[in-house]
Amino acid sequence: MTDPQEAIRVTDLHKRFGPLEVLKGISLTAKQGDVIAIIGGSGSGKSTFLRCINLLELPTAGSVAVHGETIDMKTDGQGGLMPANRKQVERIRSRLAMVFQSFNLWQHMTVLGNVIEVPIHVLGVPRDQAIATAETILKRVGLFEKRDVYPSFLSGGQQQRAAIARALAVQPLAMLFDEPTSALDPELVGEVLSVIGDLAREKRTMLLVTHEMKFAREVSNHVVFLHNGLIEEQGPPEQVFGAPKSERLKKFISSIH
Amino acid sequence: MAAASQSVFDLLAYDAPGWGGVMLGGFYMSLKLAFGGYFLGLAIGIGGACGKLYGGPLIRDLMEIYTTLIRAVPDLVLMLLLYYAGTDALSQLLALMGYGAVDINALMAGIFVIGAVQGAYSTEVLRGAIKAVPVGQIEAARAYGMSPLMVLRRVTLPAMLPHAIPGLANLWMIATKDTALLAVIGLSELTLVTRQAAGSTKAYMLFFLAAGALYLALTLVSNVVIRLIEKRARRGLVRTA
Repeated sequence: MTDPQEAIRVTDLHKRFGPLEVLKGISLTAKQGDVIAIIGGSGSGKSTFLRCINLLELPTAGSVAVHGETIDMKTDGQGGLMPANRKQVERIRSRLAMVFQSFNLWQHMTVLGNVIEVPIHVLGVPRDQAIATAETILKRVGLFEKRDVYPSFLSGGQQQRAAIARALAVQPLAMLFDEPTSALDPELVGEVLSVIGDLAREKRTMLLVTHEMKFAREVSNHVVFLHNGLIEEQGPPEQVFGAPKSERLKKFISSIH
Repeated sequence: MAAASQSVFDLLAYDAPGWGGVMLGGFYMSLKLAFGGYFLGLAIGIGGACGKLYGGPLIRDLMEIYTTLIRAVPDLVLMLLLYYAGTDALSQLLALMGYGAVDINALMAGIFVIGAVQGAYSTEVLRGAIKAVPVGQIEAARAYGMSPLMVLRRVTLPAMLPHAIPGLANLWMIATKDTALLAVIGLSELTLVTRQAAGSTKAYMLFFLAAGALYLALTLVSNVVIRLIEKRARRGLVRTA
């Protein structure tokens, strides 16, 4: 039934905050190598959707499977769901690398410390091996020279590239980008997008919540437009951006440009 | 030999009839009480802060009662209460369990008393410091698969340290001075032995000044160490004016 070729399969996901239903039944499958852009206005539920995948938010109903393994959930007795097996959730989370809007680097660790933290302490990689891998990754994102600097002494763009390095260091099964450029000064957006673009071109599985429409069109092979907690329209980027069918998507795209 | 004819150096000499050795012994006892009590308090504080922040309703209420009661009652009263009533209760308990009469080590009892008092204040200092840690950093740790305990050890505690150190440093200073209150329960710490030395030689000024100098020296050394620790804890933060 489940297929390991599917990096992520989300089935009929619902999320309710009190009386407010933010997600009203979303199903989405990302195959390995898919780059899926998730777009939509504010309040459309796109960030919540992403955060439900690694259970930073607990869905009210629905299921998530990663690499063919369904995350076991049980009811929490209050009409919601909670993980049935904490160890399973932690194991799956450790390979679903998330990149946050506000970077969320650990401030008391250097850039290198941030990148080797999860491999050493969660994945059990030997320290010298973790450092060697981390240095290769840091060279790649152009931060090798900054490896011994603490994050608060870096620019936003550098911090986000460090956060991407931290994500790459866990050799992720899939990467979750939650508006990675929204907190950046305009002149710093380019350096981050170029790193993400490179990763997309080497066919890393990723879900990308973004407001950068031009970028989404360039790098993704599938675009999902969320509206009011539902998928309003989806398809290849040429179709979604070039020939939108729904009125709301047309309006959304014209409002962006 | 009349007291007046003794020189300052004779009085402070290390060996009897000088009182230097006794004074230093008292100082050493004060240090042990302060260290033991402070770190016991810190351990209680970490547990208390986590209990208040992450515990269920029952744990939170218990912690609230503990911090409120301890902080509401004067330290001296608490010390008398915990020392006399506490040790009495403990020995009765041990007797009930068939261990017979047990003599409770005065040093351990003193450390326990200071630790219990410090724990209540540490709980509040640490709770505030943990709340000052940006949620995003804790969220990132969870998102990368850390267990709750690992999040605490690797992220929350080191990240809250810069916020906690001023308060914890204060508590350390208070702990060093609170040891003097234990003189009332007859622990031979610095203040008690100073009173003995001064009383039997009538050189009050000399011995109380000497004790003051020892407390001052401890504070000055502590300041240096605290500054080093604070610098280390703040290494990842941009200096603000």
